[in-house]
Amino acid sequence: MREVLEGSQAVARTVARCRPGVVCAYPISPQTHIVEALSAMARTGELADCEYVNVESEFSAMSVSIGASAAGSRAYTATASQGLLYMAEAVFNAAGMGLPIVMTVANRAIGAPINIWNDHSDAMALRDSGWLQLYAADNQEAADLHVIAFAAAEELEIPAMVCMDGFVLTHATDVLELPTAAQVDAFLPTYAPRQALDIDHPTTIGTMAGPESFTETKYLQHLRFLDAAGVIAAWSERFHEAFGREAGGLVSRYTADALERSRDAAPADEGDVTVIAMGSVLGTLQAALPALRAEGVPVRLVGIGSYRPFPAEALRDALGGSRTVVVIDRALELGSGGVLTGDVGRALAGTRSRVHSVVAGLGGRPILEESLRGVVRRAHAGELGALEFLDLKEGGVPVPHAGATEVHR
Amino acid sequence: MSIVHIPFLQTGTLAVGGRLLSEDERSLQSQADRPSSLTKGHRACQGCAEALAARWVMDTAVEAAGGRLIVANATGCLEVFSTLYPESAWKPPWIHSLFANAAAVATGIVSALHAQGRDDVRVLAQGGDGGTVDIGLAAVSGMFERNDDVLYVCYDNQGYMNTGVQRSSATPAAARTATTPAVGRSPGQAFGQGKSMVKIAMAHEIPYVASATPADLRDLEAKVRTAMSMHGARYLHVLVPCPVGWGSESSQSIALARAAVQSGIFPVIEARAGELTDVQRIRERADVEEYLRPQARFAHLFKTGGEDALARWRALAEANIRRYGLLEARS
Repeated sequence: MREVLEGSQAVARTVARCRPGVVCAYPISPQTHIVEALSAMARTGELADCEYVNVESEFSAMSVSIGASAAGSRAYTATASQGLLYMAEAVFNAAGMGLPIVMTVANRAIGAPINIWNDHSDAMALRDSGWLQLYAADNQEAADLHVIAFAAAEELEIPAMVCMDGFVLTHATDVLELPTAAQVDAFLPTYAPRQALDIDHPTTIGTMAGPESFTETKYLQHLRFLDAAGVIAAWSERFHEAFGREAGGLVSRYTADALERSRDAAPADEGDVTVIAMGSVLGTLQAALPALRAEGVPVRLVGIGSYRPFPAEALRDALGGSRTVVVIDRALELGSGGVLTGDVGRALAGTRSRVHSVVAGLGGRPILEESLRGVVRRAHAGELGALEFLDLKEGGVPVPHAGATEVHR
Repeated sequence: MSIVHIPFLQTGTLAVGGRLLSEDERSLQSQADRPSSLTKGHRACQGCAEALAARWVMDTAVEAAGGRLIVANATGCLEVFSTLYPESAWKPPWIHSLFANAAAVATGIVSALHAQGRDDVRVLAQGGDGGTVDIGLAAVSGMFERNDDVLYVCYDNQGYMNTGVQRSSATPAAARTATTPAVGRSPGQAFGQGKSMVKIAMAHEIPYVASATPADLRDLEAKVRTAMSMHGARYLHVLVPCPVGWGSESSQSIALARAAVQSGIFPVIEARAGELTDVQRIRERADVEEYLRPQARFAHLFKTGGEDALARWRALAEANIRRYGLLEARS
C-alpha cells in the first residue's frame, strides 16, 4: 500500500515491523520523530513484546542496547550528531562484542559551531568503530534499509548504522510503500545469537584481552568485516526478489541517459566524468545531471550504498575506468579534503582515474543543481581543482547589523 | 540462680565460620556448598577485600535468585583481576562492557528479559567507587530514577586503585593518593570534598539502600537477601579496604573495615524509599586513630603538623555519630 509518510514515521514503522525486543533512545534533533513514534507504538501495543526505555544520555542508550542485545533481544536505537559522539565509547564496544544492534543515524553536523542541520560529519567520525554503515538515498530506501540492516547485522554479528540525512530525509514527506509486517516476518530470520547471557549456559562476555591475543581478536574482526560486503549484497539481492524494489547494496548504478537508478545499468566509460555521492544528494544529482548530457557532457553517476565496509571492488567495476571522478563529499577531513574522497582515492590507487573532491552541503547548506552542473562542466573541461568547496562565499559572510556591533565597541 | 542475658560476642556472630551458631543461622559462606560465584584462580591482590565482598555478595544473590542471576560489571579491579582472556573466575552469566555503563547495561538486560517474558531471572550490577560515584554516576542515577529492577553494588575502596591509586570523589579527606600527594600545606585529599553515594542513592527514594562492610559477614549477607527480596532499583554500598591503595597490611583488611565502623567513620545503615530505617550501633567504640594509623596513606597525620587534620577526622566521626545516632541504645 502506497501512502504519504514523513521519513521518520516510515523508519519508525518499519523498525516496529522488525519486532525489536528493546528500543532505547535519548532525544536529539533530527532523530526525535523516529523515537517519538516508536515510544507511542510501544505504549499503544502496536509494537508488541517490546520495552521502550527512556534514558538520561546517548551513552546509556547504547549501553542499554548492549545489555539487551547480549541478553538475546533484538535491540534498536537512533541518534545523530553530538549524540553519536557522546555514545562513541559504547559504539565501539558493541562492535567489539559482536552485538548486532541496529541504529539509525539522522546525519547532522558536529559542533562547534553548534549546527543542527545535515551533513555526514557525525557518522564519518565513527567510520572505524566496527559498525556497518549503510546510506539511504531517499526515504523509501531509508525504511527498507532497516530490514536489510537487521538481517545482515544478525547474520554477521556486526552492528549496523542506517544513515539517513537529517531533516532532508527525516522530516521530508514522500509517497512510500512500507514493508508489511507479514513481508518482514517472512524475510527476516528470528534473532538467535550464538552467544548470550543465558542462565542455562553461563558465559563470560567482555573479558580483557592482553597483548598475546588482542591482535588476533582484531584480525578475526577484520576477516568478518571482509565477509560483510558479500552478506550485504546478498541480503539486498534477496530484498529485491522479495519486495520487487532496489534497496541497499554496495554501490548503486545509474543509467547513462536518464540517470535512473538501475542494478542493470552498464558501467561508466573511460571518457566519462563520473560523479560519486552518498545519501540524499544522489536525488539532487539525478535531477541536475541529465541536462548536462543534453549539452554533450558525458556525465555518469554512482552511489555508495555501503560506506562500511567500503566496496572498493564494486566501485571500480561501476566506474569502468572513468578518468575523471568527482566525489561530492558531505564531510570534511580538515587539512586534507573530503572524507569519502579518501576512501575513493584508496580504492582507485594505481588506476588512471583522477579524483576531485567537492565538499558540499556542510551544516545544511543547500546543494543547488546549477552549482553541481557547474562543477561537472569544469571537471569535463579539466578546470576543476583537486579540492573545492561548493558555493563557498569567497567574499565572506555578511554581518547583518555591523553598525550595532561598532557602537558596542 | 538468676540468669543474666549477656550480649553474644563470640566469634560466631561475626566470623565466616559461624560454627557456634545453629545450622540454620550460619552464614552462607560457612556452608560447604556455597555457590563460589567468584571462584578460585583470579588475580586479586593478597588481602583484597573487594574480592572477598564480591564473592559474599554474589553468592548470597545467586542463592536468593535460585541460581538465576545475570551480572553486569563495570571496568575496574574486579573486572580486570577476574577475567583475563581466556580465563574467567565467574560462574554466573557475566558481562563487562565499559567503565561508566554497568547500570545501563543492567537495565538493558532487565528490559530484554521483560520483553522475552522472563520473570524468573534477576539482575545485579556492580562496580567500584570510580565506576559508580564518578564516571558512572549518570547511568546509576538514571537506573535509580527509572526504578529499574536492578541491585547495584558499589565496592568502595576509595580511589582508582586499578590505575595506580589516584583520587576519586570517594577518597577520604587527607588521604594520600598518586594525584593528592602528601605534600604542601594541606597534604592529601582536601577536606570538604567528596560525596556520599549512600545519601545520593537515598535521595532517589528507591526501594532499598544499604551500606555494609566485609567486617560483618552476616550483616552483609542479610542486606543482600533483603535487597533480593525486593524489586525495583536497590543500592548496596560496601566499604572494601585495599592493601595496595591504602598502604595497609594484607592481614588487616577486615580489622580496618571494622575500625571504620566502630570509630563512626563509616555508618552502616539501611534505608527504604528514602527514609533511614536502621543503623548499626557502635558496639565497641574505636578511636579514629585505630582506623587511620595502620594505613600509610594517612602517615602524614601522625607526624609533626598532622594534629589539625587528625582533629578534623575526629570531628568527622563525631558528626556521623551524632547524625546517625551511632552510640544510642537500641530502642
